[in-house]
Amino acid sequence: MPFKDYLRKRFFPHIWCPGCGHGIVLGCLLRAIEQLAIGKNDVVMVSGIGCSSRICGYVDFHTLHTLHGRALAFATGVKMSVPRLNVIVPMGDGDALAIGGNHFIHAARRNIAMTAIVMNNRTYGMTGGQYSPLSCHGDFATNAPYGNIDHDFDVVELARAAGATFVARSTTFHARQTTEIIRKAIAHPGFAVVEVLSQCPTYYGRKNKQGGAAEMMEWYRDNTTPVGSKAKQQNPTLIERGIFVQDAGKPEYCCEYKKLVERARRGAS
Amino acid sequence: MERCRIVFSGAGGQGVITAAIILAEAAVLHEGLEATQTQSYGPEARGGATRAEVIIADAPIRYPKVTQPNVLVCLTQEAYNKYSGIIRPGGILLSDSRLVKPQSKVDARQASLPMYDSVIKEIGKPIVFNICMLGSVLGMTRIVSLESVTKSLQTHIPGEFFESSTRALALGAGLASNID
Amino acid sequence: MSAGLKFVQGNEACVEAALYAGLQFYAGYPITPSSEIAEHLAVRLPRVGGTFLQLEDEIASICAIIGASLTGCKVMTATSGPGFSLMQEGLGYAIMAEIPCVIVNVMRGGPSTGLPTCPSQGDICQARWGAHGDHAIIALTASTLQDVFEITVHAFNTAETYRTPVILLLDEVVGHMREKLVVPEAGAIATVDRLKTSLKLGMDYHPYLPREDGRLPMSDFGGQHRYNVTGLFHDMWGFPTQEPSMVHGLLRHLVDKIANNADSICRYKEYYLEDAHIVLISYGGSARSALHVVENRRVRGERLGLLELQTIWPFPYSVVESKCANARYIVVVEMNMGQVTRAVKRAVAHPDRVVLANRIDGVFITPTDIRNILRLIQGKGV
Repeated sequence: MPFKDYLRKRFFPHIWCPGCGHGIVLGCLLRAIEQLAIGKNDVVMVSGIGCSSRICGYVDFHTLHTLHGRALAFATGVKMSVPRLNVIVPMGDGDALAIGGNHFIHAARRNIAMTAIVMNNRTYGMTGGQYSPLSCHGDFATNAPYGNIDHDFDVVELARAAGATFVARSTTFHARQTTEIIRKAIAHPGFAVVEVLSQCPTYYGRKNKQGGAAEMMEWYRDNTTPVGSKAKQQNPTLIERGIFVQDAGKPEYCCEYKKLVERARRGAS
Repeated sequence: MERCRIVFSGAGGQGVITAAIILAEAAVLHEGLEATQTQSYGPEARGGATRAEVIIADAPIRYPKVTQPNVLVCLTQEAYNKYSGIIRPGGILLSDSRLVKPQSKVDARQASLPMYDSVIKEIGKPIVFNICMLGSVLGMTRIVSLESVTKSLQTHIPGEFFESSTRALALGAGLASNID
Repeated sequence: MSAGLKFVQGNEACVEAALYAGLQFYAGYPITPSSEIAEHLAVRLPRVGGTFLQLEDEIASICAIIGASLTGCKVMTATSGPGFSLMQEGLGYAIMAEIPCVIVNVMRGGPSTGLPTCPSQGDICQARWGAHGDHAIIALTASTLQDVFEITVHAFNTAETYRTPVILLLDEVVGHMREKLVVPEAGAIATVDRLKTSLKLGMDYHPYLPREDGRLPMSDFGGQHRYNVTGLFHDMWGFPTQEPSMVHGLLRHLVDKIANNADSICRYKEYYLEDAHIVLISYGGSARSALHVVENRRVRGERLGLLELQTIWPFPYSVVESKCANARYIVVVEMNMGQVTRAVKRAVAHPDRVVLANRIDGVFITPTDIRNILRLIQGKGV
């Protein structure tokens, strides 16, 4: 079905600011689902709290808008109960990696077949532009007026180390690539992490003098490079994008549990 | 019947809690009696002081803890030193002759039996020490029958150890029968 | 477990009852003195095709069971005080989103990590007010293993009936003690199944529109009706709203659905109350010590009685008031600094006649502790 039919149009206009990258991520996500021809009843979208989490309200799936940071934990309950469902978990950077960081690494460790989309705008937008665990060292935020002294996580390296079997990064500038990556992530038989750099002109852009949405997206164009490219060797400050990990060989959690049930039933009989 | 209050004490890993469970279960499942089993313990899985309590009666048991036991068993000196004072006057205090040096000022019928040494000598498996102790307790008190406890052993002791545990039970009962 | 006579631990009785009630999904995190619940379920649930998960913490555990409940499963988690503290945000979510679940708290000494292996009943008020914001809550407890079984089934039934989390407050004594349990035959205790919508595809399903009887039929996630679930105030479709009349209506509904049904939710037991001059009020493990005292004193002709509460929240004010109407003294026996005593004082006509008999040192309250209080109020000295 056309991807626009996946929307709950009565809730538009959405709450996101003009220029916010999250709408692009939503568009990419729905196009990916359209390409996979997944029915509305076969998708459960679980989100936490923050600007990104409001994505749940706008899509005509089974939608579960939960607590800050806890989306993956709720999603684990849904997925383990009905493994046939496509469980997609859009999260913000603070949501996924600060308050939800523990759930993030453990979901990756289990390799449970869900799609985690980290919409990384390097700030807490909904609460007014505070620094997040993905704000860079030296960034400014409404509560980092003298510069951020924290260091940021590299989501790709974190997800890889924690055991995720599909790890990718893209940006809102590279919308076609983002769609393709999300499509592969949803089809992946294991825990998939997709980081999408998504601009927040209202807070992050303004506080860090990055200009408006268009300038921020141009920054993504000029400061990222395909994974493994020569450009990265010449300029190590470039951010790589593309698919970093794609491993269908590691046992998936729901499948492992199914085998455990068979063992238990054999033992009991 | 007279309400029987029992405390097994020793170190973590000696199996005093298992022995208490087997005894209480035998009373409930195989003799139609009421029984409660509780324990108090510290953070250690092995070592430390462990205390398991059993009440056996023919009427409902409300308060399930034992403050003054009719039957007290001490399998370490630490347990003896700590608990020998709580014995109900005229009760039975059983200890192991290798592991505990009894003192004389306790108002109880004291028995110091070579349970540990006999288990090592006759069976060679220290793991059934607790069942030997249970045999001695039954030999001295006849709270429940050896048959009932043997039925409980069947459900609690895995296959290969069942035979040695029944031998340990009989060994303990035999040691008790030698007391005058 | 087959029906019939068993000799088991309290935590195992809770497990057997949960399976009897239809438990299909458990997620938890290890914590003394509740861990045996997880250990038994790890064996039992896979055998019936259910799901047992150990997750990264108690927060994840309660969130996972809420997610699983939405797919139509009966769900449970078990913990103790420190884990129960972590579960409060998930508990609030389940209250707001009206998701049936059972949370077992095998209480130990607190605050903080407190006394991991020792008994206490210090979480009574946390069960009531641990989650932020106005809300109603159901909390149940039990003193014998037979009652643990029946009350656990009641907990699942109540959670389903009212679409709400139900807290089962056991304590270390009851959780760890072993005694006789007679497992009833299947069907001997009624179990309440998930009420599911009968609306067919194409009909507009309203997940948050109560029927005339006040109940809200559910539709499984993954089924034919798609809707939204949120912890925000929401409309009858489950979508966020700040419209004052809807906010007001939802909060009233969340509180009233429990308050207006307090009589059906309320369970208690009474012993020798007809002519009692002194009424003991107790619950959980403490009620065993209280009953011990009452029975011993009755033999001597003293007019003591016991009211054992099995429903703590909603607090059975009218039951306590009527049962204590002729009491000269009311002695509340509990292992905390008077958490139920405060509610009893609000319930009775003469709060000055309410006395607390407690123990807060990690030692199970003894009949002697209670007798000493009785002697004091009778003017006999200790």
